[in-house]
Amino acid sequence: MCANCGCSDHDAVTVTALADGHARPAEMPAQHMHDHDHDHDHDNHAHGDHDHAHPHAHNHNRPHHEHEHGHAHQHGTLIALEQEVLARNSQLAERNRGWFEGRNILALNLVSSPGAGKTTLLERTIRDLHDEPVISVIEGDQATFNDAERIGGTGCKVVQINTGAGCHLDADMLARGLKQLAPPLDSVVMIENVGNLVCPALFDLGERAKVVILSVTEGDDKPVKYPHMFRASRLMILNKIDLLPHVSFDVERCIDYARRINPDIEVLQLSATTGEGMNDWYVWLRRQVAVDHVAEATP
Amino acid sequence: MHELGITQSIVEMVAGRAADARIQRVTVEIGKLSAILPDAIRFCFDICAQGTAAEGAALEIIAVPGRGRCRDCGREQAMDHWLASCACGACGLQCIAGEELKIKSMEVI
Repeated sequence: MCANCGCSDHDAVTVTALADGHARPAEMPAQHMHDHDHDHDHDNHAHGDHDHAHPHAHNHNRPHHEHEHGHAHQHGTLIALEQEVLARNSQLAERNRGWFEGRNILALNLVSSPGAGKTTLLERTIRDLHDEPVISVIEGDQATFNDAERIGGTGCKVVQINTGAGCHLDADMLARGLKQLAPPLDSVVMIENVGNLVCPALFDLGERAKVVILSVTEGDDKPVKYPHMFRASRLMILNKIDLLPHVSFDVERCIDYARRINPDIEVLQLSATTGEGMNDWYVWLRRQVAVDHVAEATP
Repeated sequence: MHELGITQSIVEMVAGRAADARIQRVTVEIGKLSAILPDAIRFCFDICAQGTAAEGAALEIIAVPGRGRCRDCGREQAMDHWLASCACGACGLQCIAGEELKIKSMEVI
């Protein structure tokens, strides 16, 4: 079972470069150490028929009946730990951040619920910008290469990460994806996270900013229903605004909710299908790219 | 969903530090404004701990109440939810506590 997402072993994460189409299992030895393949009898314990592995060999010789009786009244030694549970992911995310900075790459983490239009937004952006800046894409989905194939249709570099049962990308998966992707210097990497407004908010990938995409066919109260995601994002894109005449979505109320959760959040309204408002997004994107160049020019 | 993986991380971290000792108690701090459900962590803990040095250990969860600082007047106050607003009328408290997800300590024998 994966330490970060709880995915099961048989649904192992795969990283696939669309150029050669070969899926590579993303080796995650530290996180997949608990192979459930090992019979073990517990004296005086009724554990049923389940099998589980014991990576800590010293446990094998310990008489398990002690758990219930032997130490019930003994005082143990207190060890202060003060350890952040997500520390490992945070460390790997910082490595990714350095990797991006060293290559002058702007990385954006695109998050939304499924169907908000992340892939359509990316397709149009890549086609419209004509390599200024050069964009490559990491696609995260539980299964299929569908989105990577759509992005690949624009001619840009793309790698698909399939998380199996996992509900978000983590920093380790991204690091493996980046090795496959090999994005050029001075470019943009768009990370399309697994469609999910909950878990991706907790896992830093090393991106410069999260961009949350909310379509007007969803509820205008999404920012208050999923506050962590809107709080973690620098930009909220309201997508599918061409459908506003047909739905009861209140744009002002939605923006008000988002700003109450995150007063600093920037907001853009657009339709990736009709192209309305896309220019504002390109201006925003190029401004982020320019910040990178300024930072590099100022030691 | 993510609580299972997070519990697995907690168990791996404490079991890794325990070496040959057996873990009697694990104390974890979870902020009330974190996106982590303590009940879900409790539910997963015994299962994740099986076959590790933490098997049979008690899990103690310290719930840390949310606190925020007003962006306008600077007053610190309780913050029960993300839409909490200050008595001065400004909304948008800056969270200063309540997002914790930390292993505080463990007791070993």
